[in-house]
Amino acid sequence: MSEPDRDRRRRWMSALATAAPAALESAWAGLPERPDYEYLRRPEVGLVMVRARAGGTGTRFNLGELPVARCSVRLTAGAVGHAYVGGRDLRHAELAAVFDALLQDDAWRPALTARLIEPLEAFAEARRLAAAARSAPTRVEFFTMVRGEE
Amino acid sequence: MTLPPGFADPVGDTQRVFRDVLDAMAHPGRIVALRAGPPAPAPLVPAAAAVCLALLDHDTPLWVDPGGWRDEALDYLRFHCGVPLVGSPREAAFALCSDAASLPDPDELALGTDEYPDRSTTLIVQVPELSAGRGPRLTGPGIDGASRLEVGGRPERVWRVVAANPSLFPRGVDLILAAGARVAALPRTTRAEA
Repeated sequence: MSEPDRDRRRRWMSALATAAPAALESAWAGLPERPDYEYLRRPEVGLVMVRARAGGTGTRFNLGELPVARCSVRLTAGAVGHAYVGGRDLRHAELAAVFDALLQDDAWRPALTARLIEPLEAFAEARRLAAAARSAPTRVEFFTMVRGEE
Repeated sequence: MTLPPGFADPVGDTQRVFRDVLDAMAHPGRIVALRAGPPAPAPLVPAAAAVCLALLDHDTPLWVDPGGWRDEALDYLRFHCGVPLVGSPREAAFALCSDAASLPDPDELALGTDEYPDRSTTLIVQVPELSAGRGPRLTGPGIDGASRLEVGGRPERVWRVVAANPSLFPRGVDLILAAGARVAALPRTTRAEA
């Protein structure tokens, strides 16, 4: 897979994983024909240790455990889709994996990108801006007084 | 790449296969038909695939004989087991051999320590055939009197590992032999005479 293809896939996998489950459910229901698929890995929940870097020193440490639901499917047509979704929603992981597989198919990708991925990304961006706008008025500017002796 | 699915019933099948391998290991010379054996990419035979799915995970490094395995088989193990592959048998918890001729020499394997004899490399060896009632005579814990097990193909290196075990005890190497959908096991306590 070329680098641009990989970036593109990363974008849609991220959109699918962070989507509201209901959005995926209604997109699935709204498909003109629902593809057949089999499980490569049935939806399952596990724990992932999230690693972080300390601010001052950059040392890595374990931030905490995150439950993750994952699923891998193969469409009858052959494409393999994977999904890793934070949380415990098995159905979300399954649908995200199926859409990941469908989006790899040139026949499905344009319609799905326009009708599912782009609206999901727009909604996520709008939500991010709204949260930033809500917290902006709470910002406090600190001014330090310089003392005369110094 | 066509990646086949793993166990149809991951929790149940893992437990069944674990119990079957335990049964084989506890009764050396007994040939056990595994109760789950999913189709796997060649050259993995169903019994070896089932043993790997049940016993391997990200904490059990795996060594495979170089040149004996196609990418599809290694991808299958990496995906379904999450197992890391290592370059030398000594670093591995399990060594998967596509046939008996590719078995490492005993001195290339981890034998465990006196304090932790279990930290040895367990061998999973694919063989063409397993037959009870003929072949080398086996005695030791778990065997009522004696049993016989014939290992098909060119099994000299298997019996060489078994012969090295008694002088190493409690260190040593345990073997799981996989033929088709059946397994037999030779723990380090088993003695063989031709």
